[in-house]
Amino acid sequence: MTSELRELYQEVILDHTKKPRNFGELPGADHRADGHNPLCGDRTTVFVRMDGEKVADVRFQGAGCSISTASASMMTESVKGKTRAEVDALFDRFHRLITSDPSRAAQNAAPELGKLAVFSGVCEFPVRVKCAALAWHTLKAALAGAAQPVSTEVSESSSGDGGGQAR
Amino acid sequence: MSASPARSVAGPPLDVAARRAEFPILSQQVHGRPLVYLDNAASSQKPAAVIAAEREVYETYYANVHRGVHTLSMRSTDAYEAARVKVQRFVNAATAKEIVLTRGTTESINLVAQTYGRKHVGRGDEVLITGLEHHSNIVPWQMLCEEKGARLRVATLAEDGAVRMDEFEALLSPRTKLVAAAHVSNALGTLNPVRRMIERAHAQGVPVLIDGAQAVPHLPVDVRALDCDFYAFSSHKMYGPSGVGVLYGKRALLEEMPPWQGGGDMILSVTFGKTTYNELPYKFEAGTPNIAGVIGLGAAVDWLTAVGLEKVAAHEHDLLVHGTGRLREVPGLRLVGTAAEKAAVLSFVIEGVHPHDVGTVLDYEGIAVRTGHHCAQPVMDRYGIPATTRASFALYNTRQEVDALVAALHKAVETFR
Repeated sequence: MTSELRELYQEVILDHTKKPRNFGELPGADHRADGHNPLCGDRTTVFVRMDGEKVADVRFQGAGCSISTASASMMTESVKGKTRAEVDALFDRFHRLITSDPSRAAQNAAPELGKLAVFSGVCEFPVRVKCAALAWHTLKAALAGAAQPVSTEVSESSSGDGGGQAR
Repeated sequence: MSASPARSVAGPPLDVAARRAEFPILSQQVHGRPLVYLDNAASSQKPAAVIAAEREVYETYYANVHRGVHTLSMRSTDAYEAARVKVQRFVNAATAKEIVLTRGTTESINLVAQTYGRKHVGRGDEVLITGLEHHSNIVPWQMLCEEKGARLRVATLAEDGAVRMDEFEALLSPRTKLVAAAHVSNALGTLNPVRRMIERAHAQGVPVLIDGAQAVPHLPVDVRALDCDFYAFSSHKMYGPSGVGVLYGKRALLEEMPPWQGGGDMILSVTFGKTTYNELPYKFEAGTPNIAGVIGLGAAVDWLTAVGLEKVAAHEHDLLVHGTGRLREVPGLRLVGTAAEKAAVLSFVIEGVHPHDVGTVLDYEGIAVRTGHHCAQPVMDRYGIPATTRASFALYNTRQEVDALVAALHKAVETFR
């Protein structure tokens, strides 16, 4: 693989793709939301059980590409035990990481991101930002009690990779 | 998969290397690898002759058409109308009046839905389509049916991606007011038995629209031999400029259809009290058209005719056979769409590897393919999959490129499994 590809598909990401953590329905969940990117076909459902302001448990279920699966899997690991405010702040950091100018990726890899820093390679692939962001937007919607499924294909798509009228 | 529209070709076979050399864009490298362009069902690349024709318009004689008495306007008009005649001959229409120039296949289909459809489809009537249609041959009919209280019926697909003809025939009834079917499926490559569909529909007095977007670049099309009532296609998939399309319609039908968009060019005279519409085909061509694009389409028709569509079909069939065999070597790969009659489209899924990841890995090998639902979500639903990877071929593709695709797929499988 070329170096950019290796940056995108780091071992940690491939590992979470093949063995997603916290995968499956969460019994006793008090929040849930669906995410769907129809152009890619990625689907995810995020389940959350809150304990006051804290995320007591979180799981996800769905099917998608390696970036969306690994992102969801690693997200569940990093938000467990965090408060809503901490989750928002982390998402904000993560979002900056994956949408930054590639030349500034290193500066945006803040220490609080922890393992999530492996997604720094995504900023080289603008069409994949929506894949990495889907689970996070879905989590946010779950916490906000949104009724409509979430999609990142409009909000996160800087350049289309399909759909439209092309055949 | 043995059949092809043309297998025995007179004269020498297609000189692929020579034709390929006419496409400036194909000689580049992508991510340090020679570009392998296998996204032709989405859009084809353009030969130098087409690029030069468009350039010549703007550099030497561009002006608006059908308007001025000055020299440039007359030259532009002549070239524009000459392109229409080229298109007429290309599909063997009876007269250039039957060739309506549009923005693309989608607009051509919408034109028929909004004029013929709105006039003839009413409450309780039905429009019949097939299970392999592109969204642009589904949605315009859905919109029409919703407006009119009519019903959209669908002849479904067998496992191999062929339309169930028994179902198609059973769905034809006195309620059917129009049949709309693709000539070739963009997502699966299936070649529909359009001749038989048209015969059966006509036996019940039902007119037929054929979406030929995926057919005209790959096989000879004769609208009079098919006896279709409407035939829609795009320039950009047949080596011509984007933003130009064609609607062929039988003259008698076009004559009795109301105009669609109102504006310049589609009128003969206007007062605030009444407008007299222009004759065919201008009645359906409101506004200043894509002048250079249409002239470029004329150049594409000339070029493709000189290359010879029988030769193209034979070459692409060879790529299909070679590719079908070689793809089966990739572990866990399943072809989606294996109908007996197919154009050179290879749509597939690989167990454990998402199409999106396949697309990214292939891109880094210089290989351009399409991943996703190909604007044919009902086809994906039919197979219970969200997306496929699709390699679609054009006359400039080679067996070596098929082999490069297979080698890159092996890499993708190793990475993700």
